[in-house]
Amino acid sequence: MDTPTRLHGRTWPVEGAARVPSWVYSDQDVYNREQERIFSGPNWSYVALEAEIPNPYDFVRANIGDKPVVVTRDGNGSVNVFANHCAHRGVVFCRHARGNAKRFICPYHQWTYDSTGMLVAIPFRRGYKGKGGMDPEFKLQEHGAEALKVAARNGVIFASFDFAVPPLEDFLGPKMLGYFDRLFEGREPEILGYMRQRIPCNWKFMFENIKDPYHASVLHVFLITFGLFRLDQRSAVEMDETGRHAALISRRGEQIMNEATLELANFRKDLKLNDPRLIEPAREFPGDATVVMQTIFPNVIVQQQSNTLAMRQMVTRGPHAFDLNWTFFGFKDDTPELRQRRIRQANLMGPAGLVSVDDSEVLALSQEGAQVFPDTDAVLEMGGRSTADTDHMVTEAGVRAFYKHYIEVMGFSHAG
Amino acid sequence: MLAEEQPRAPVAPKAALRELHFEIEQLNSEYARVLDSERYEQFPDFFVDDCLYRVVPRENHLLGLPIAAIHCESKGMIKDRVNAARESTMAEPRTLRHFISNVRVLEVIGEEAIRAEANVLIVQTMINRMTDILLSGFYLDRIVRSDGCLRFKERLCIYDSLLLPTSLVAPV
Repeated sequence: MDTPTRLHGRTWPVEGAARVPSWVYSDQDVYNREQERIFSGPNWSYVALEAEIPNPYDFVRANIGDKPVVVTRDGNGSVNVFANHCAHRGVVFCRHARGNAKRFICPYHQWTYDSTGMLVAIPFRRGYKGKGGMDPEFKLQEHGAEALKVAARNGVIFASFDFAVPPLEDFLGPKMLGYFDRLFEGREPEILGYMRQRIPCNWKFMFENIKDPYHASVLHVFLITFGLFRLDQRSAVEMDETGRHAALISRRGEQIMNEATLELANFRKDLKLNDPRLIEPAREFPGDATVVMQTIFPNVIVQQQSNTLAMRQMVTRGPHAFDLNWTFFGFKDDTPELRQRRIRQANLMGPAGLVSVDDSEVLALSQEGAQVFPDTDAVLEMGGRSTADTDHMVTEAGVRAFYKHYIEVMGFSHAG
Repeated sequence: MLAEEQPRAPVAPKAALRELHFEIEQLNSEYARVLDSERYEQFPDFFVDDCLYRVVPRENHLLGLPIAAIHCESKGMIKDRVNAARESTMAEPRTLRHFISNVRVLEVIGEEAIRAEANVLIVQTMINRMTDILLSGFYLDRIVRSDGCLRFKERLCIYDSLLLPTSLVAPV
């Protein structure tokens, strides 16, 4: 089913996923179609960790694309997700970021919802002294807040506006499920804190950034100097079958001169930490990987860099901006020492991150260029034009794999 | 509302308190001058060796969550933070300006330990853009006298809006 829009005038470059036309980052019609087909389509979007709503009637707000939702635990202990949008006049009726409430009362006309999003009361439903009121045929149960389909796995909650979404496990595919379960293997997550930043760039630039190990090995002085992520280390880029999800996997190395670091203009042999506790890792996961950065389409990056763990949720704010909402976590059974490492290593991440500032800044510059040159194409040929898994970092295969899927979902036709 | 402790009546006599209040104002003004003029190498000297410096969203502060946007638990970590801001971070050039006001002395414990707070507003100016607000918030301080100077044993910068514009590059 095709919605007729100005998109019909747009054709994807003939090179396919090895090119990305700049208009995908700034065109309002492209954005609208993404909201419809991707964020409201048959995909699982991350909304919250169960640890944020441990008790009956706890709730927390989240977004899927640009749509606000409420994530609740009802009186039976089940998790519900519903649109934060009154069925009456569309008011965003839940006004608090989080809390505990048996009822949500819309401030405008006091339509009242329970913790599952069901409409349970309307003032003057029967009118006043026999006058006015709703039609006797009006059924409250037909006018609840729009319910979403919910899936939770080992403490992580996903939701979808589209009930035709496949089961979460099938959606992730076996390889990506493996990386997901490596982190969420049953230990009970504990929330350590939040950070948020609004970055003036299209959400896809962020998603691509975490599928692109090539940049990490040249841009991030801090990472490459202290050997946290560098192309001379044993690494891999892996995707699911569709190409929409990916994982970057790597292992720590030393601050030494070798063939790779000689070529890295940003490698700084002279930089030394006054307090190396900042990056001292403790082995926590099976295997020898020390970094796994997973992009789960369409809205979350799951971060494990040494001992700093976070869900980075992307909330779209029009074609030209998105919010990056970081939820840092550890696990209930962490030792005080491990917990302290997580707090220290969070210095690398977030709006003031010793590593992530580079990305936020470069993403803003990417948008600045893309939106004023909409008819130019980005060239993605590092590592050839393949979209297959690689056992190295000198590649853009993960970004191409994403665009292979994106072109299909968005219904773009190729030129030529 | 902030869940801060109620101030206890300061024990210092009135004139001494006025003097102390003035000294803290001076400390904050110097702090702002050093950061606004990007003399980052001088920044660690505002702290004693065994110190805590954190920049924390108010949300985490109120919820009692330990994660901070900037977390330094020693003068060494503060040095690493300013070195990174200068040497290893790729960021667009910007000018920051601190406005520190509403200084309050919360408690004076003997001659040596002072608990104080102050409001802070920081504006940011970048190329081709007009001046924007970077953050507003307040400082919660533990100040000690060392070598005749007031220095921070602990400085928490608690910022109001969880959502920050793009990035926070330098200490604030």
